[in-house]
Amino acid sequence: MPHISLRGLNIYYGRHNALRDVTVDIPDARITAIIGPSGCGKTTLLKSLNRLVELNEEVKVEGEVLIDGQNIYDPQADVLALRKKVGFLSQKPYPLPMSIYDNIAYGPRIHRMKQPQILQQIEDLRESPDLAQLAPEIARVGIRSKKSDAMDLLVECYLRMAGLWQEVKDRLDDPAAGLSVGQQQRLALARALAVEPEAILADEPTSALDPISAQLIEQQFEFLKEKYTIVVVTHILRQARRIADYVLFLYLGELVEHGPAEEVFSSPRDERTRAYVAGDFS
Amino acid sequence: MRWRRIKDSAATKSMRLALALVNSLLVLLVLGLFAKSRPILARVSILDLLLSSSWHPLRGEFGFFPFIVGTLAVTAMAMILAIPVCLLSAIYLSEYAHRRLRELVRPVIDLLAGIPSVIYGFWGVIVVVPLVRALGHAVGSPTTGYSLLSGGVILAIMVFPIIISVSTDVLQSVPAEATETSLALGATRWETVKHVVLRGALRGLMAAIVLGFARAFGETMAVLMVVGNVPKVPTSLFDPAYPLPALIANNYGEMMSIPLYDSALMLAALVLLVVVAGFNLGAHLVLLRVERRY
Amino acid sequence: MRARRLEEAVFKGLMLASLGLVLLVLVAIIMVVVVRGASSLSLSMIFQTPKGGYYLGKEGGIANAIVGSLYLAIGGSTLAILLSLPTALALQREYTGRRVATVTRLCLDALWGIPSIVYGAFGFVVMRYFGLSASLLAGILVLSLVMLPIMARAMEEAVRMVPLQLKEISYATGATRLETTMAVVLKQALPGMITAAVLAFGRGIGDAASILFTAGYTDYIPRSLLDPAASLPLAVFFQLGTPYPEVQRRAYAAALILLIIVLLASLAARLLGLRFSKHIIK
Repeated sequence: MPHISLRGLNIYYGRHNALRDVTVDIPDARITAIIGPSGCGKTTLLKSLNRLVELNEEVKVEGEVLIDGQNIYDPQADVLALRKKVGFLSQKPYPLPMSIYDNIAYGPRIHRMKQPQILQQIEDLRESPDLAQLAPEIARVGIRSKKSDAMDLLVECYLRMAGLWQEVKDRLDDPAAGLSVGQQQRLALARALAVEPEAILADEPTSALDPISAQLIEQQFEFLKEKYTIVVVTHILRQARRIADYVLFLYLGELVEHGPAEEVFSSPRDERTRAYVAGDFS
Repeated sequence: MRWRRIKDSAATKSMRLALALVNSLLVLLVLGLFAKSRPILARVSILDLLLSSSWHPLRGEFGFFPFIVGTLAVTAMAMILAIPVCLLSAIYLSEYAHRRLRELVRPVIDLLAGIPSVIYGFWGVIVVVPLVRALGHAVGSPTTGYSLLSGGVILAIMVFPIIISVSTDVLQSVPAEATETSLALGATRWETVKHVVLRGALRGLMAAIVLGFARAFGETMAVLMVVGNVPKVPTSLFDPAYPLPALIANNYGEMMSIPLYDSALMLAALVLLVVVAGFNLGAHLVLLRVERRY
Repeated sequence: MRARRLEEAVFKGLMLASLGLVLLVLVAIIMVVVVRGASSLSLSMIFQTPKGGYYLGKEGGIANAIVGSLYLAIGGSTLAILLSLPTALALQREYTGRRVATVTRLCLDALWGIPSIVYGAFGFVVMRYFGLSASLLAGILVLSLVMLPIMARAMEEAVRMVPLQLKEISYATGATRLETTMAVVLKQALPGMITAAVLAFGRGIGDAASILFTAGYTDYIPRSLLDPAASLPLAVFFQLGTPYPEVQRRAYAAALILLIIVLLASLAARLLGLRFSKHIIK
């Protein structure tokens, strides 16, 4: 479980200071929600946790983001290992241009995960007591003889964890682009889980989905938080109330307030937080 | 008021006329060349013309095979040299380079595209031919340097601009989410290019290559100056070749004095027209669909 | 892990080498032309015509080719503009339906790719049909055909970029299509049009295959449209292969002058485009 801390994080898009002096610790094995009005830096903050924010050429990052005690912005840091440890779900799910099976297998193949490693991963999942409750179906994934492809098992395992297995088990070789948006987001979840991350970042993961798919995703997050640290950006206050254990309120790039969800929602300390949570502005 | 309407309709009519002329130009070209090719097509069947290797205009023998092979060989050589260089350059420009570098390189590549073909030929004669000659002698081939290889090298350089610029555009049109998704999973940029970007851009890249192929196929002057112009099927890289456009260019002077020669050359021009226009149209249709998707 | 990074480093190296090769080649071409041509360039070279027969004559310069090329290119551009401009304007949505427009654009794309030797051959056929012999006039006509697709395409792009809102404002005041085109479209598209014309000029002046059959070649400066005309590309082509160094020098000089004209045209196209943009609305 990573311990994620931000220390004096400042992010600039060109001259514009999008995130100002953010210092906070993200709790492990909880769902942390980042809330706040649009354009206030929520996505920037999220993307700074896996260095995805650097994809923009004009971006400058100051300060530190510590994961497991190491500053991920250190020039010597291994970005590839970081992104394996910290998974990402974007707002609009993007299926890679390949089959459903290959989408899930993409990450493990990229990271050159070998057969024994994969089998071990699945074994670990089965043995975790929390997960037996999470996806009882995982228990049904039998480790068949050594001859069978470990990758097949991995794909099945994570599709089950994302709650998608039943719907796609007969068409694993079909192009992923043929799935509905709700299914694509669950696919994205399975795909992110397949590389065995320790944290999952989600950028407005349900805003593009219909209510039923949205509910499914929220359910999966509830289960997954036992094993993974989850950070969710959302502009839907009700969603934050539903699922968040810990809340970060961002306003105009500043981390105005943060704390356990019950505290922030029922007795906010800052006037701005109170106003936002009450729905005075959004 | 009426005067304004009259002016408007007069202008509209002349615009429609221009449009009609432009659209009919292609047809006119084909018809004109076809009309001039009829005499020889009446005498010899098209298959014989295309497959025979015997080129003796004085005897009335017009076998195009050596020239067709020559054209294909020199174009293929050019593509083999150009495709890796252009694709790698385009990938770098689109996936790795800063915006500023891209903006700097663009006009430079356009410059390369604007250089007249005689100047490429000129450079080929002065620089490439001697190099090929030296290379040939080093491997034991008694070549003058005017060869398939020289033609291929010059043609490759001439198609760099079009393949690079179209490929870069195609690669850049792959949605940014694809790259982001792959990188977020911990892939390197190169792995992202290999597994995601190239897959998404495949059709457009093939269209870019076809455009380059068509350009090389029809190139006349530069190749003419370095390729040797001997009407025999080339059997080695260091042999001279004789592409179809060079054939036409070299013999326009004599073609009026030998019966059926002009008709044969016009047929060659028609074949060039059909092949090149066909490839170009196909590639542009694909690119249209690629652009519409994104 | 190292293998992945190594693979990327290797390919990145290959990429940079490829790009470098392309740039190097450009530099090499320009350098060779400049070096060979500069030593051959002199005032007499530019202002004198060859004396004593162009294959054998040792005195004189390439004024015939310079003037001939300018006549051919300017004449060809003028004709091409006469046809390209109305075509580009006619492709606007208010004049032609989508299908005709698409067909026209595809035709132009096809015409653009046709090798200039084919235009030359066609021009030769037409020339013979009308009893013309190789002359300035025939060269201009064929050259205009070669330049037409380049110019029309570029002009059409310029017209297409005129924002719809601007045209709507004009139409809303009751202007006819012609009036809108003249007052709004032409002014907005002017820089693009100029760039298109100069660009086509640059391509046309360097073209040899089309005028090979049709413009002829001569030592003299053409005095009427029916005289044959020399040209810079053909001056290079014909004079490069002679055994007489004095004649070869003319080829070098012609190559340099041609290159200079083409580079100037490229530069001018860019600069004129920028200069005339001060009137347009972005």
